Amino acid sequence: MELLNFLTSSAELSSGSGPEDHVVLSSRVRLARNVNGVPFPGRAKKKVRQEACDTIKPLVSAASAMRGGFTAGMEDLKALDKQLLVERHLISREHAAKGGGSALVLNKDETLSVMVNEEDHLRMQALMPGMQIKQAWQKIDRFDTSLEKKIDYGYDASYGYLTACPTNLGTGIRVSAMLHLPGLVLADQVNQIVQAVTKLGHAVRGLYGEGTEALGHIFQVSNQMTLGESEGEIIERIHKVVLQIIEHETNARANLQQAKSKELYNHVGRAYGVLANAHIVSSKESMNQLSLIRLGVKLGMFEDLEVAVVDELFLVTQPAHLQQFVGGKLSGEERDVHRANLLRDRLSGVKSVQFPK
Amino acid sequence: MKCCQSDCENEATVHLTEIVNGQMKKIDLCEECAKEKGVTDPQGFALADLLLGLGASSEMDSAGMEIECPTCGFSQADFKKTGRLGCSTCYTVFSEPLEGMLKQMHKGVQHIGKVPKALRAKLDITKQRGHLNEQLHKAIETENYEEAARLRDQLKELEAIPASKKEE
Repeated sequence: MELLNFLTSSAELSSGSGPEDHVVLSSRVRLARNVNGVPFPGRAKKKVRQEACDTIKPLVSAASAMRGGFTAGMEDLKALDKQLLVERHLISREHAAKGGGSALVLNKDETLSVMVNEEDHLRMQALMPGMQIKQAWQKIDRFDTSLEKKIDYGYDASYGYLTACPTNLGTGIRVSAMLHLPGLVLADQVNQIVQAVTKLGHAVRGLYGEGTEALGHIFQVSNQMTLGESEGEIIERIHKVVLQIIEHETNARANLQQAKSKELYNHVGRAYGVLANAHIVSSKESMNQLSLIRLGVKLGMFEDLEVAVVDELFLVTQPAHLQQFVGGKLSGEERDVHRANLLRDRLSGVKSVQFPK
Repeated sequence: MKCCQSDCENEATVHLTEIVNGQMKKIDLCEECAKEKGVTDPQGFALADLLLGLGASSEMDSAGMEIECPTCGFSQADFKKTGRLGCSTCYTVFSEPLEGMLKQMHKGVQHIGKVPKALRAKLDITKQRGHLNEQLHKAIETENYEEAARLRDQLKELEAIPASKKEE
């Protein structure tokens, strides 16, 4: 099956909202696992890696949770398909660069995805909208347990699950939440929060993980330590941290509305003005302006604009999604024009922008 | 500017910048120290240092002799280059030099999370066996032979479990 025929439409994907979605865009839990006695993908010779992939791939796609899902070798996916998957956070940028000897398995609603032979033999994740860290853990935990009957995992009584990188050793777990923090950014408080969270031993990153910019006021908070603590403890701690950040963000928004309302309305109004009227918009600009519009929607400034529409625009204005939408390969400059057309088309129809006096 | 290595007084000519946890770190090295760290040769640069924090690779070095993994042929030099291990056996082979690094990196060095079900039974049996053996020794020491005989029977029963499971 073609990937494009399989994937949920961007509109449908954005329509499903989760708890606390004014701040938490998505929750994710991923586990790193390896096959006992087989060299890790980075070390394995090409033939061994291919064999490992050929063994693991059918076992994963045969799992009951993967019924009606999608399986492909990375060599069978087009560059644009891979980029699309990266934009949906279903594979890593590193995995997108892989060819033969690596694979991807997705479940029907894209909440479960397994990368075969990324850095580890198996990288499995559960991705859910809104604040659903615990639900995501339950989902991936069940899936992992169902696989351990078929795959002999590399495991050590004292080191736990053995992973290619020692930073993942033990539980092999990475728990993360994607947070939308425009209030804290506008109030100039986000650095304090980032520092506090970092001090607690958590990592804060941009939208696409390691080394990426916090575009669209979106931050990813995740655990760093994986050994010496149980999954439950790690999840509980991230859960608490995220709840606190939600509180700070909510307060920051309320403060802005009270003490600096003109500044706030100015930001939101200008963002709307630009995106509803511009003819050339870069992806960076669209992310940052959409972020402010999303804030405005959540604060009730746009009477007939649904947050789902904004979230869909977030997704379809990304380079690969945009090219899929237009139905052809576009140069950077062409993308900026098509992006602007799409944004104008969707946003100029919004009738009443309700700014209190 | 002087070289940032503690025991070096030379003028720094190699300047590196890395970002750790959102904070910029600057490293200034002299020609010699740079060579020693493999910085001058971009291929040989200690990626382990960048990925796992400065000092990670020297942590492995200071543990001494050059060892190789019998399963995948992985060596300490490979770790220094990639910051990754080669296979699950590597963790046993390099457990000593890894220990210090893991201590810095994680909350502890003993896994206390999920255990695969198949292993859980095995681990439980190992634990039980250890416990019974301990009691058995105590019983023999205190010349409580009745108790010792009972414990020995229990141990025998435990030995029988994995065998019967295999038949299933």
